[in-house]
Amino acid sequence: MDARMLDKLKILAESAKYDVSCSSSGTVRRNNGKGLGNTVGGLGICHSFAEDGRCISLLKVMLTNYCIFDCAYCVNRRSNDVRRATFTPAEVVEITMEFYRRNYIEGLFLSSGVMQNADYTMERLVRVVKDLRAQRFNGYIHLKSIPGASRQLITEAGLYADRMSVNIEIPTESNLKMLAPEKSYDSIFQPMKVIHQGVLESHEEHLRHRSAPRFVPAGQSTQMIVGATDDTDKDILRLSSAFYQRPSIRRVYYSGYVAVNTYDNRLPALKQPPLVRENRLYQADWLMRFYKFKVNEIVDDTYPNLDLEVDPKLAWALRHPEFFPVDVNTACYEHILRVPGIGVKSAMQIVASRRYGALTFFQLKKIGVVLKKAQYFISCRELPIMGTINELKPEKVRSLLVAKNAKKGLEGQLELNFEQPVQLVTPY
Amino acid sequence: MSDVVESAFAYDKTFDGLLTCVFDSYLLKRKPQRLLAFDEPAPLFCEVAHTVATDENKAARVWAHLEKKMTELALHSLTVSWLADSITDVDELIFRYICKMIDSPKSIETNFGDADVLRLSQVYKQVCGERLRMLQFLRFQKTADGIYFAAFEPRHNVLPLTLEHFSDRFADQRWVIYDLLRQYGYMYDLHEVNRITFAADNKIAQDGLLDKSIMDADEQLFQSLWRTYYKSISIESRRNPRKMKQDMPVRYWKHLTEKQ
Repeated sequence: MDARMLDKLKILAESAKYDVSCSSSGTVRRNNGKGLGNTVGGLGICHSFAEDGRCISLLKVMLTNYCIFDCAYCVNRRSNDVRRATFTPAEVVEITMEFYRRNYIEGLFLSSGVMQNADYTMERLVRVVKDLRAQRFNGYIHLKSIPGASRQLITEAGLYADRMSVNIEIPTESNLKMLAPEKSYDSIFQPMKVIHQGVLESHEEHLRHRSAPRFVPAGQSTQMIVGATDDTDKDILRLSSAFYQRPSIRRVYYSGYVAVNTYDNRLPALKQPPLVRENRLYQADWLMRFYKFKVNEIVDDTYPNLDLEVDPKLAWALRHPEFFPVDVNTACYEHILRVPGIGVKSAMQIVASRRYGALTFFQLKKIGVVLKKAQYFISCRELPIMGTINELKPEKVRSLLVAKNAKKGLEGQLELNFEQPVQLVTPY
Repeated sequence: MSDVVESAFAYDKTFDGLLTCVFDSYLLKRKPQRLLAFDEPAPLFCEVAHTVATDENKAARVWAHLEKKMTELALHSLTVSWLADSITDVDELIFRYICKMIDSPKSIETNFGDADVLRLSQVYKQVCGERLRMLQFLRFQKTADGIYFAAFEPRHNVLPLTLEHFSDRFADQRWVIYDLLRQYGYMYDLHEVNRITFAADNKIAQDGLLDKSIMDADEQLFQSLWRTYYKSISIESRRNPRKMKQDMPVRYWKHLTEKQ
């Protein structure tokens, strides 16, 4: 370990930074005995936040940024003239352990460019995770699976990693073919299927005997690039929704395209990554996962793209004035959850508190309901503040709410809570 | 005594003392508006009506009653909120909450329409939040004799709440975590966790920084590796310092390796 490592780490962190996944949640790994590290109950811990506001939970590096592929959207494509470096497996193991011991990180997110061929690369990745676990490291490990890697290697990797992922990157196959001719949906879905089957099998084994080895206990995730192609939000969200039908897929990440290869004219020339659109996609994703929305309620053929001015939940509410007003003192939890300005926690607190007496606007505000938004969509045992959506008409409500946003500036919409903890137990 | 004068109880500012206050309040049939420390001067229009002698038996009886009525989670939220020492009147809040709990035929713990119940749940959240911040932003430095040292200045007295986490996570390394504001800490020697205090004139107890002479040989290399990593992982075209500061408030930067 010497000062040359500084340079290597710089190169290999910079080539890994466009991968957005950073979560270290979804699994519990206890530190049995005298090893190093644990993975705490369900929620990951963010240890730092970078200048771009994204959380740093895992040491996100590549084993190498040499790559035989030439994907148009990727900074590490073989035709790019960037500085290249390669870690030895031992180096990654040492940095991970030492960082972990100082409480810098929650674990390792290891990815790699493709050297020689898929299996050669995958083998080296597997060696790193195997060595880490052999040194009794119980921290979180997220391992990227290389497209086209063999079933044996993926199955072996899954025994050591907490989460694995294969990035789909482009939501339609024709566009993928155009931008990444060496990749195909087949080479991406194949490892996904192997992981999925492994997870299901290990789950079944576990029901039979508790000591059965766990396979990718935190499931798998994937990522799509937004704004590099002409795909609509409908394409993206339908694909996500289909993924979420599979129990092994925990997260789909959306990454606003950062114009890294400006010379390639297959790609749009973007000055800024489409951050607002990316944010709206995450909001839609949250609606599907925690708010019991179906994908067709968020986007359909009439509205194939998300509204950039208002969030998708508000957009749905404005399209469905007949659903409102919702009476917070009598309506069921699912209906309260649909009110713009009421989140999961507030909805649970409302349902818990109203048994003791009818709630007023004042109490709702104290609980944490965003009344600025919610006032048009709810009723309680008080006179409405401004009138409901049915009295005011959706257009009017929209203009009232958009005017408020405009004053605040668009800045506030760039926020991404990757690790936003969603509490699903009693709201305490 | 006229109605305009508030009454106060004086007690020793311990949790058992607080529970004894509750007991005595029902014994004397009188609810104090304020709870003061023994040496605290009574505010205007307020007089000390009773001086509470902390009694473990009385405290245990109050607690036993609460245990019958409340869920474990709500009881936990009471003891955790007690650690919110930067909220000066938190003891009065807990006192009112317990009295309301006793007066009500069934538990009021989910009645967030009640101002005190809601406030207590918020205090609980605040303390848990500060605990989480400590798990997130604590940074160890390795000393030459192999002990990992970390200093922190938490807003509430949350250090005891983090010990279980750290002693499980770092079970195979010796460490010291020190609270610079309250001047105490804990040391883990691979077997058990013990409370320690440094002498007040010790430099470590003042700024929490290890002197280079007692650092491990590789410590500075790993610190600069971490700083390099921190800089390289950020995407320049997505710069958003406002969001960064929101999630990692400036008051923690003093002890963050990557911010030095």
